[in-house]
Amino acid sequence: MLLNINNLHVSINEKEIIKGLNFSVNKGEVHAIMGPNGTGKSTLAAAVTGREGYEVTKGEIIYKGQIINDWQPDKRANEGIFLSFQYPIEIPGVNMINFMRTAVNAQREYKGLPAMSASEFLKKTEKEKKLVEINSKLTNRSVNEGFSGGEKKKNEIFQMAMLEPQLAILDETDSGLDIDALKVVAKGVNKLRSKNNAFIIITHYQRLLDYIEPDFVHVMYNGRIVKSGGKGLAHELEEHGYDWIKKQFDD
Amino acid sequence: MSDNNDRNQVINELTTSEYKYGFVSDIETDQAPKGLSEKTIQFISAKKNEPEWLLEFRLKAYRHWLTVKEPDWALLHHPPIDYQDIIYYSAPKAKKKLQNLDEVDPDLIDTFNKLGISLEEQKHLSGIAVDAVIDSVSVKTTFQETLAKHDIIFCSFSDAVKHHPDLVKKYLGKVVPYTDNYFAALNSAVFSDGSFCYIPKGVRCPIELSTYFRINAANTGQFERTLLIACEGSYVSYLEGCTAPMRDKNQLHAAIVEIFTMDNAEVKYSTVQNWYPGNKEGKGGIYNFVTKRGLCKGHHSKISWTQVETGSAITWKYPSCILKGDFSVGEFYSVAVTNNYQQADTGTKMIHLGKNTKSTIISKGISAGKSNNSYRGMVRISKNADNARNFSQCDSLLLGNQCGAHTFPYIKSGNDTAIIEHEATTSKISDDQLFYCQQRCIGKEKAIGLIVNGYAKQVLNKLPMEYAMEARKLLAITLEGSVG
Repeated sequence: MLLNINNLHVSINEKEIIKGLNFSVNKGEVHAIMGPNGTGKSTLAAAVTGREGYEVTKGEIIYKGQIINDWQPDKRANEGIFLSFQYPIEIPGVNMINFMRTAVNAQREYKGLPAMSASEFLKKTEKEKKLVEINSKLTNRSVNEGFSGGEKKKNEIFQMAMLEPQLAILDETDSGLDIDALKVVAKGVNKLRSKNNAFIIITHYQRLLDYIEPDFVHVMYNGRIVKSGGKGLAHELEEHGYDWIKKQFDD
Repeated sequence: MSDNNDRNQVINELTTSEYKYGFVSDIETDQAPKGLSEKTIQFISAKKNEPEWLLEFRLKAYRHWLTVKEPDWALLHHPPIDYQDIIYYSAPKAKKKLQNLDEVDPDLIDTFNKLGISLEEQKHLSGIAVDAVIDSVSVKTTFQETLAKHDIIFCSFSDAVKHHPDLVKKYLGKVVPYTDNYFAALNSAVFSDGSFCYIPKGVRCPIELSTYFRINAANTGQFERTLLIACEGSYVSYLEGCTAPMRDKNQLHAAIVEIFTMDNAEVKYSTVQNWYPGNKEGKGGIYNFVTKRGLCKGHHSKISWTQVETGSAITWKYPSCILKGDFSVGEFYSVAVTNNYQQADTGTKMIHLGKNTKSTIISKGISAGKSNNSYRGMVRISKNADNARNFSQCDSLLLGNQCGAHTFPYIKSGNDTAIIEHEATTSKISDDQLFYCQQRCIGKEKAIGLIVNGYAKQVLNKLPMEYAMEARKLLAITLEGSVG
């Protein structure tokens, strides 16, 4: 099992957002997590990646057999957990390619590998840029600065391809994307899908799942996963909305 | 998961990393007795076999110094300086006149090696002429031949007094008179040595001129004096860098740099300042009171100051430009970093006298630990300076919540046609930026280095290549992990 979450409780500023969540992911699987706004989907992503301010008050996050509750975010990243940000962060003055090179080499250092040679890095960069259809104009800019919404999301997938994670969490990567960008992102993900990695796709809409076919669909509501099923569940949600779920669990 | 405690621990561990260049080299020195008096000045002047007029200059400066008070307007706090407890002159004992590097004191060579500026290497590799100053006397000057070919004079100040007395006499104290301020008076009285540079008409200096300063003997103040003259249509890029050995007691440093540019001449003056900043409790460290000023005397002349200030317990420094020639240009690009208990009050003055003069100020302050970092700048447009233009941008970046950043811009415009723009921002390294880096496998310390270098890029880009790399490393070393 790649990821196993047991009875997870997460609070932000002492307000409990996730209230006893159980969830597990095996290698080779794609899980979609859906649900209305404010039910704790992004909080789950933040807790798994170790973002400051998201306090795990109870329960365990077990990744590759180890409890990672106390791990620093960079350790989790180095161990193969990747987050595609809902709102990618701008870092003025830091060139995107240099940033990526620092990232790739930090990961290699963690694994005890020598730094990637310039030519090797360049080759990989070119390959992955093609995958998400972004050009050098973009990667020569500062990290996420002056990127359009779509470019930012493609850039997240580019970084994912560069870092080759074992567990990738896509936090509303589809929001704000037009259909073309959506297809590019989906293509990227599908290309990176393998027996050895897994994806958690957080989304409001069925739309992205038309292009990335999930093995499992979960519905999150009020800090818990309240319903799980196959991809049919996503269609059901698309058709009926979330009201029937709300009704069922508000009582 | 990381929390505040963990973060504070990281801050504590990393902001307290030992000063990398803290070592003392053991070289016999020939020094003046402690304290300042007319006798001390006569001793210094005699030691250097100076002409009468220079001794007179020193004594006048000293007599003026006695009548003025230490400035107290800067946002700096330090115990009073006992000027009678300072050794004002200290020179390495030269056994005989040195002909080549082999004859240089091996300890001295070793010191240079520790600093990573081996003269041997410099000579072969760098294309930079180094006038290395250890404890006040220039020990070795290289690349003289290349410079001689272009009739460029680049030598120690003492040599200039000996060989080019007319030039020194003509320009000494003309842009920074000894009456300028307390520390300028002090320097003018006791200056030990420094560099002299003269670029003749129409010459574009083919190499970057570089001087490394270094304070060495205990309790010795360092009073450097630099005089740089760029004649009509000439150009020079001048680099100044400093490191100092670890000291328990505060050391006073009061330097003067004077620059003159004639018609169509350009001087680019870059500094990387890394004096010993004191330990994590704020003990020790250099007090750095510097007066740097350039006169754009000719039309279409230009002076550009670029500084990266990471060291010193106290920095008091305002490299300035007097834009006298019509169409002259003054620039000031600065990154000042303070950590632990460091204090910096630094900025510039742009004095517009000529018509169509233009100045640019880009200042990036970075404060960490319990430090205080102030930008103090003045833009003055005189009555006759038609169509003067200034653009100022003063940014402050805070790391942690125990440090301070302050901005004191003074603008005085006496001419209606002037256009003056001032922008200022204060920001903190955001948790979001740090998390984003960490999520991309980059550890906290490295992430801070990355973000800070990005922030300072606009200024670092102005430095010559080799300096920019050194500066980047310095920024990262100075600030590793200091966030909260």
